[in-house]
Amino acid sequence: MKLPITMTVNGETWPLDVEPNDVLLDVIRTRVGAKGAKIGCERGDCGTCTVLFDGRSIRSCLMLAVEADGHEIITVEGIPENGVLSNLQDLFISHNSFQCGFCAPGIVLGAHELLRDNPNPSRHDVQHALAGNLCRCTGYEPIIDAVLAAAEEARS
Amino acid sequence: MAIAHQFAYQKVATLDEAVEAIARAGPDVRILAGGTDLVPWLRDDAIHPDLVVDIKAIDGLDTLTREGDHLFLGPLVTFSDLLTSDLVRDHLPILFEMADTVASPGIRNRATVIGNICSAVPSCDAGPTLLVLNASIAVLGPAGARTVPIEEWFLGPRKTALSSGEIVTGLSIPIPTPPHGAIYLKLQRYQGEDLSQAGITVLVTGDNDFRVAFGAVGPIPARAHAIEEALKGKDLTDGLIAEAVGLVAGAISPITDMRATKEYRARICEVMLERGLPAAIARRDGTGPAYGTRLI
Ligand code: FES
Ligand code: FES
Repeated sequence: MKLPITMTVNGETWPLDVEPNDVLLDVIRTRVGAKGAKIGCERGDCGTCTVLFDGRSIRSCLMLAVEADGHEIITVEGIPENGVLSNLQDLFISHNSFQCGFCAPGIVLGAHELLRDNPNPSRHDVQHALAGNLCRCTGYEPIIDAVLAAAEEARS
Repeated sequence: MAIAHQFAYQKVATLDEAVEAIARAGPDVRILAGGTDLVPWLRDDAIHPDLVVDIKAIDGLDTLTREGDHLFLGPLVTFSDLLTSDLVRDHLPILFEMADTVASPGIRNRATVIGNICSAVPSCDAGPTLLVLNASIAVLGPAGARTVPIEEWFLGPRKTALSSGEIVTGLSIPIPTPPHGAIYLKLQRYQGEDLSQAGITVLVTGDNDFRVAFGAVGPIPARAHAIEEALKGKDLTDGLIAEAVGLVAGAISPITDMRATKEYRARICEVMLERGLPAAIARRDGTGPAYGTRLI
């Protein structure tokens, strides 16, 4: 039973036919082609499939594609403006925050949401907001440092 | 990994339509709200519904309101909503503290409080807190509406008092007469996504009426009435705390699983009660740590 849906991904409208059991993460990657959303645990534990859904971070491995009908999705590809990385992304680079980078899309989006909702986060706030984004490489410290630096630069 | 099981999907616009859809579909139907349990269960092949009924298009189900001395939560109220609600902060900050321990923002933005008690896993975070608050669950079915007290709600792991054909329409939570203090302690291996290894909510009212409930240390989250009776109306002394701690073993029935051994769970429940009782009183008296501070 194909269901017609229309969702917006990174500003582009996508009319698609999906099956009820299609998972949003798979549809974003294979049909829309936004490979920034990564396939990790596929059970909500790791955060690498994070996308912004109507502006709020969600785990796209835990949603059916049909639930996205009429909604707006931003993947990590949608964060740069006119091809220019956000300041947060630049700071992740200058802090050498990532090694393999597999966790990066989820962390960019999670940190983006945090800084939007709380421009003045403490170190604990950053840890708490990103606690569900697992990184197997870095030990997290350079990630947290970059988010705090981005908050500070935005304030000054 | 895709979901192998095939099912029909229906998005309904009203509660009546939901009840009709459920009735037509027969026994194997599932309600979809946040989906944070439903989708992994489908992927694991743990459930095989013929029909999934999405209730997110029903107007008004996301309301969190105060009705006299009750807070009312609709079925689409998420854990993130509890974290940002002024009503919760002003009247039932224990709900804030509980929600703050649930998974991660990406889950809390989606997972609903009512979904949590409908999934009814033994470690569900909302369980112990709603138990000490004497919440009641509004249910609608083919035979009409009824209300289920939370203490009669949990029947076993993933089993609730919801009858076939019924749907939950809201949660009503009495606001205890001020002053009251409460605390939710949750032990987990790491913050961020882990389920509770053991959890406890303690609530104390102005006349030293204590309410205590445990989660993740029995087939269902449950009140510890024997402990409550031992404490009732008394001033908390070291001796009384020790007496209450001595009753913990009889109040819980933990098992060993991948998250903790039963011996560890039993011991940590004693520690959590020992820390939780004075902390709840200190909060009631205005001297305790802010809600959301982790004491364990
Ligand atoms: S792939 Fe979605 S949380 Fe891990
Ligand atoms: S940089 Fe490799 S998982 Fe985070």
